[in-house]
Amino acid sequence: MAQAHTTHDGSHGSYQSYIIGFVLAVVLTVASFAAVMTHALAPGMALAALGVLAVVQIVVHLVFFLHLNTSREQSWNLMCFIFAAASVVIIIGGTLFIMHDTAINMMSR
Amino acid sequence: MLGKLSLSAIPFDVPILVGTFLAVAVIGLAVLGAVTYFGKWGYLWREWLTTVDHKRLAVMYIILAIVMLFRGFADAIMMRTQLALAYAGNPGYLPPHHYDQIFSAHGTIMIFFMAMAFMTGLLNLVVPLQIGARDVAFPFLNSLSFYMTLVGALLINISLFIGEFAQCGWLVYPPLSEMQFSPGVGVDYYIWAVQISGVGTLLTGVNFFTTIVKMRAPGMGWMQMPVFTWTAFCTTVLIMASFPVLTVTLALLSLDRYLGMHFFTNDAGGNVMLYLSMIWTWGHPEVYILVIPAFGVFSEVTSTFSRKPLFGYNTMVYATCSIMVLSFVVWVHHFFTMGAGANVNTFFGIMTMVIAVPTGVKIFNWLFTMYKGRVEFTAPMYWTIGFMITFSIGGMTGVMLAMPAADWILHNSLFLIAHFHNVIIGGVYFGYIAGMGFWFPKAFGFKLNEAWGKRAFWCWFIGFYLAFVPLYILGLEGMTRRMNHYNNPDWYPWMLVAEAGAIVIALGIVCQLTQLYVSIRDRNLPENLDLTGDPWGGRTLEWSISSPPPAYNFAVIPDIHGLDTFHTEKQLGRRAHNKPLAPIHMPKNTAAGAIIGAFSFILGFGAIWYIWWMAGLGLIGIAVTMIMRSANRDVDYYVPVSEIEHNEEIYSRRIAAAQAAE
Repeated sequence: MAQAHTTHDGSHGSYQSYIIGFVLAVVLTVASFAAVMTHALAPGMALAALGVLAVVQIVVHLVFFLHLNTSREQSWNLMCFIFAAASVVIIIGGTLFIMHDTAINMMSR
Repeated sequence: MLGKLSLSAIPFDVPILVGTFLAVAVIGLAVLGAVTYFGKWGYLWREWLTTVDHKRLAVMYIILAIVMLFRGFADAIMMRTQLALAYAGNPGYLPPHHYDQIFSAHGTIMIFFMAMAFMTGLLNLVVPLQIGARDVAFPFLNSLSFYMTLVGALLINISLFIGEFAQCGWLVYPPLSEMQFSPGVGVDYYIWAVQISGVGTLLTGVNFFTTIVKMRAPGMGWMQMPVFTWTAFCTTVLIMASFPVLTVTLALLSLDRYLGMHFFTNDAGGNVMLYLSMIWTWGHPEVYILVIPAFGVFSEVTSTFSRKPLFGYNTMVYATCSIMVLSFVVWVHHFFTMGAGANVNTFFGIMTMVIAVPTGVKIFNWLFTMYKGRVEFTAPMYWTIGFMITFSIGGMTGVMLAMPAADWILHNSLFLIAHFHNVIIGGVYFGYIAGMGFWFPKAFGFKLNEAWGKRAFWCWFIGFYLAFVPLYILGLEGMTRRMNHYNNPDWYPWMLVAEAGAIVIALGIVCQLTQLYVSIRDRNLPENLDLTGDPWGGRTLEWSISSPPPAYNFAVIPDIHGLDTFHTEKQLGRRAHNKPLAPIHMPKNTAAGAIIGAFSFILGFGAIWYIWWMAGLGLIGIAVTMIMRSANRDVDYYVPVSEIEHNEEIYSRRIAAAQAAE
């Protein structure tokens, strides 16, 4: 039965993958703090760096802790994630595009 | 204790409303009295109000939609009458305060409670039957969705008699809808009615998406799904992606109103224009949520009554999916004049025009389906052909409006009003009525009267052109929407024509009611009865079972070998199945949906009137009912084989009777 238990779901990560994920997450977190606290970057650059690091952090968590991958049993999860990501890109990206352009054009900012 | 509510909230001083209230009260009491007199309360409660059967929920949705159609249409004809009178110094019979509520309520009701309810009803009736499923994925949620929609509709109708409705249009744009300019409860009625029904719609979206993904009969791959199911699928995707945006937008507006925040105010860092962008991020997909299932209905109707497989099934599916995606990147065309630069307007203008391509593909698919087919001109086919003509015109004026330069002239004019009624009446409404005629025998076991159906069609078709072609002309002449009175003598004759059109449409509605009455009266005539379950020679699975179907739909789940398997098997004379019957696992009826609905109503009403103990009571009631429902393990039962055999026996006897009659 123990055998059946371990084989029933292949998407559970291995010891190694958890360690890799943990190290990556820590590195990304430290990098985020460093980007702000060392004042090595200009404020605008630091903000952009934080954004990029946050997105990479999301991907690390999804892959190593939530076991999102391209395997067959994960295909619906992956599809839902891509759908959600696309919706977010369209809705938030589109809104930013529109509101930024409007602000410039109307000289409201 | 009672918040803002007092006796002065009841509009005794408006004779139209008092009269309406009396009429509604008399009709309501008559209905309640009749139910009591015939002792039908128990039946109604056990068989309908607590049901989780998707077919019965479908019927209740469509009844709600028809009632809301009356309400919305009453608003429409009042507006037309006002504008036929209020010319050259005559103020008309509706003061601006009342008139503004009417046009706001008309739009809100027609979209959220007529069209959405009708669409959900059709999805409920057809989708599980077309994919060979015994119910939807989450039957209890389905019942809950219905009650959420019903509560929204109730709240909006109560605003007629207690308090007021919003006066700032059907999408309540700020800053007009902010506390500063709309201090009354009208906008709160709007917010709570739409939010509560929005929960229902979102749950419906999740429910039907899961149903279509998970519960298709064995062998039915994606490209073996009937086209109506495909369109239902695309609609559910759009619902899941867009309704959360509406919820958030209205939640931010309510934070502005209730807690004095500044998301959309002019001062304190708010941005009014963000509201427009957000509400249309939902609003544009919304119109496709409505029209895509109508496309599905036309596909089923055209191929069935042309006695041919649908021309270009694959292109139809791809066209539907591309419309689904494109509908998400066009929303700026609702506010080209807001002040965005050429980059934004050009991008969204071009995207809007691109949508015409897949839609055009669909029109040609339907035309080629009819080409060389043996077209049978039934009432649903009339609505379909009427749609193709009307919708094409509406699509062309839509492409005109998609040009930002032209839109700067036509924005908010009656040209726009004519355009969207052209696509919503000509596309959505014609489609739903075609669908209702087409699937009515499946739901009730008898056909709708053809002659009255065709009369209704001609009244709607002619009435539509009479009512809305003048609006195109008026728009080009510069008349703006939502106008209470005017002095331009050039506009006056056109407003009279539009009024005549509205009256012809009213006749169409009378014809539809007569059609229902006559059909129910003559339901037992042999030519009206649907004994075989396949009255039209249909192609898809819903016609392979009895009409009305048993609660479990399919005694045995059919195996699918390709597109239109049922039709293929009929042609080959291989209809009988000999799989062994087994007990069928079914969900039990539950009152939880109705109870949560009642508490939602209490929550909404309390919040609208600032009666906080009442709102709190509603919220607690919802939570407690939800927990109790979750803890309830007694939610299912098995239909014994003897009962299935009994039903199958009756069905085969009815088929034999039908064959003997031929």
